[in-house]
Amino acid sequence: MGLALALVIGLITLGTVILFVGRFWWFPEAISEHGPSIDRQFMLTLTIIGIAFVLAQAALAFFIVRYRRRGEQRASYWHESPRLEVLWTTITAAVFITLAILGQRVWAQLHLNAPPPGALQVEVTAQQFVWNIRYPGPDGKFGRTRTELINDVDNPVGLDFTDPAAQDDIVTVNQMAIPVNRDIHVILRSKDVIHSFWVPPLRMKQDAVPGLAINIHFKAVKTGQFEIACAELCGLTHHRMRGFLLVLPEPEFQKWLQQRTNL
Amino acid sequence: MTQAVATHAAPKSFIRRYIFSTDHKVIGLQYLFLAMVAVAIGIVLSLYMRLRLAWPTERWPLLAKLFPNAMAGGTISPEFYLSLVTMHGTIMIFFVLTTAPLGGFGNYFLPIQVGAHDMAFPVLNMLSFWVTLAGFLVLMAAFFVSGGAPISGWTAYAPLSAVGEIAGPGLGMGQNLWILSIALFCIASLLGALNFITTTLNLRTKGMSMTRLPLTVWAWFTTAVLALLAFPVLLAGGILLLLDRVGGTSFFVPGGLIVSDKILPHKGGSPLLWQHLFWFFGHPEVYIAILPGMGITSHVLSTFARKPIFGYRAMVAAIFAIGLLGFLVWGHHMFVSGMSPYSAIAFSLLTLSIGVPSAIKTFNWLATLYKAQIRFTVPMLFALGFVSIFVTGGLSGIILGQTSLDIPMHDTYFVVAHFHLIMGVAAIFGIFAGTYYWFPKMFGRMMNETLGKLHFWLTFIGIYAIFIPMHVMGIAGHPRRYAETAGFDFLAPLQPLHVFITIAALITAGAQLLFFFNFFWSIWKGKKAEVNPWRATTLEWTIPSPPPHDNFGPQTPVVHHGPYEYSVPGAAEDYILQTAPPAPTKA
Ligand code: HEM
Ligand SMILES: [Cu+2]
Ligand SMILES: [Cu+2]
Repeated sequence: MGLALALVIGLITLGTVILFVGRFWWFPEAISEHGPSIDRQFMLTLTIIGIAFVLAQAALAFFIVRYRRRGEQRASYWHESPRLEVLWTTITAAVFITLAILGQRVWAQLHLNAPPPGALQVEVTAQQFVWNIRYPGPDGKFGRTRTELINDVDNPVGLDFTDPAAQDDIVTVNQMAIPVNRDIHVILRSKDVIHSFWVPPLRMKQDAVPGLAINIHFKAVKTGQFEIACAELCGLTHHRMRGFLLVLPEPEFQKWLQQRTNL
Repeated sequence: MTQAVATHAAPKSFIRRYIFSTDHKVIGLQYLFLAMVAVAIGIVLSLYMRLRLAWPTERWPLLAKLFPNAMAGGTISPEFYLSLVTMHGTIMIFFVLTTAPLGGFGNYFLPIQVGAHDMAFPVLNMLSFWVTLAGFLVLMAAFFVSGGAPISGWTAYAPLSAVGEIAGPGLGMGQNLWILSIALFCIASLLGALNFITTTLNLRTKGMSMTRLPLTVWAWFTTAVLALLAFPVLLAGGILLLLDRVGGTSFFVPGGLIVSDKILPHKGGSPLLWQHLFWFFGHPEVYIAILPGMGITSHVLSTFARKPIFGYRAMVAAIFAIGLLGFLVWGHHMFVSGMSPYSAIAFSLLTLSIGVPSAIKTFNWLATLYKAQIRFTVPMLFALGFVSIFVTGGLSGIILGQTSLDIPMHDTYFVVAHFHLIMGVAAIFGIFAGTYYWFPKMFGRMMNETLGKLHFWLTFIGIYAIFIPMHVMGIAGHPRRYAETAGFDFLAPLQPLHVFITIAALITAGAQLLFFFNFFWSIWKGKKAEVNPWRATTLEWTIPSPPPHDNFGPQTPVVHHGPYEYSVPGAAEDYILQTAPPAPTKA
């Protein structure tokens, strides 16, 4: 029984390690400036907990085999060691706290710093089950919006066209284009319930909370088309709340905006 | 030590004895049976979910018979999937993981292990069971009302849970019943917690000092303190949520919302307030679920390692540290919620700190096995499985607890994998270990060893097969609470994993039938159990199986030893009962 259990624990450990080292399913390639830092911290942490995982399971399996009952021998009565307790407490505390502190670096860069001046502003307003994207237009200013004017057919964010700043605003549905290598400042809102803006290759996830305007910023460094998923349960077709993020070279981005302006 | 007889007679009528009983043992069994019904339903619901995830468009005419309305076309629709998610989570968290280890085993064995004749407030105890049962029935009723069960998840985030039917199916009457059920559960848990705390502090028998308490008692006691402090907060939150829904208030709903093209009349509420209240309860709840399992694991490991638990004092300190820190980390569920990024940093540091006492417990369990004489009984197998799974599930918390790493991981399958292993499966392993261990005491018969071992092997391997792959699905970005992968290109490669997991889940769930069969068969047909079949040390093993109505009869037990005196050098046997005469002979 002891041998069998140790063997099974060993095989499970091995299988788990293979699944994680083989990376048959893994992160998509990071396309944001901060993405690789998150990935590095992830790999550092994964390596450390991976070692702890293997050591702990191996110790368990080893003890199970080594100390399985043999005849009528008595077990050892040794059951206390303040020195050992202090030792392993100190080591784990040091490792865990170090990781926790290292884990704050990217966080601080993303969330404690304000969006850099000159960043391109994009407003993302989530609703059941659509992403509404708004650009301020040539004047660089978001115009006034009013809840009463919202209408899903032709004014999804409720632009108030009596405000001149609103007249050149560009609104798209589920299509978000951004220029590559430029800071992007996203203002996240929601019209109804909580949603979450989740673009795996960007390594960016942020809830959109009704009643709040949440500011995030990032910079994409690779071009391409990526999916925007909703990561917070928002109702019936939460699993189909799909948008597209187009990361374009600056000139193409300008062209893309131009086309929407002329519509 | 075994000749105790009941002096004051047990109630005669069937109703007073088994239905509205004030005997903590009967109440404990009532809780256990409720949890068994609940876990059976919870597992069935999870299989429906798993079937949908593996084969989303398949029709299941046979399965539809159970839910004729929700599965009208024979398929599991996305809205029904979300109802299943909500009900499965709620049933498992409240009516299994809180009910069995604390309400069940805690009720049955805490008074006996401290040498008391009953709980401090037997009538309150009876009441708390019946209120729990009422809560369960109200929750089940949600399946049958118009609109069906709620789709807002066991976390019931506002405004989705607050604005009513216009936000989605099940969010009308179903959601109201959900809130009512949870409120009842909170009240019942409060009554129960008072009982546990008072009994531990006031009804310990002569010689049962706090440092001679079994670790199970320390675990139940701490759990009860957590319950006492956490459930009122959820109760308050639930009442406010209900008021938002039916009373026209706006605690959690801000102004200017438009749901299904309608402007809502609410003004000035805060969705984040609900999350704070919910998780202020929700995180301690995780420990309410797992602490009794830790206690049982310590207890069983020591018994079958034939060694004293290593570092008794450190173990008690760790339980306390976990309980205390458990109230300071709720914000790790909210890193990307929009709360202040500064408080996120504080929550992150505190969260990784709570890993330390958890690691201490693991080290001490391993040290308990060092130079042991391990007997591989079924309860021991589950206790060893607990240690393995606790390590696996706990380590991924080091990733989730870091603010920056939680950005990609939050609300993905990585979280589903983590919390299932650490709180779901580990706690369930604690429950299994406790059931196999105490069954002889509760029913006077042994459970079948062969069936028990088969049950262990299939469950242990099956659980890993289900939950390890979920980690990599989360790393690949798969959000949780998705009814299918078809909506996104980046999810398509993960579909084979869904199929694999579903097959593993079907097998694992099937293996649980072995347990249910073994349990009920053994009640009637099991081999007769001795008073102390495991040769264990604590007080429950000094009285008949099953124990008489007032546990110890006329002689109150007197305790002379610690709870884990195994393999004491020079002692006649390799264990010393807590009630054995003092002055152990030094040979
Ligand atoms: C046979 C074993 C089990 C299987 C196959 C299973 C499966 C699942 C699945 C498929 C989900 C939905 C994931 C999603 O779409 O987000 C889920 C959610 C959940 N499960 Fe389990 N589960 C099992 C046992 C348990 C146990 C023992 C617990 C007790 C902790 C539990 C608690 C939960 C909770 C709290 C949720 C989240 C519900 C929500 O998101 O509102 N499960 N489970
Ligand atoms: Cu959503
Ligand atoms: Cu938590």
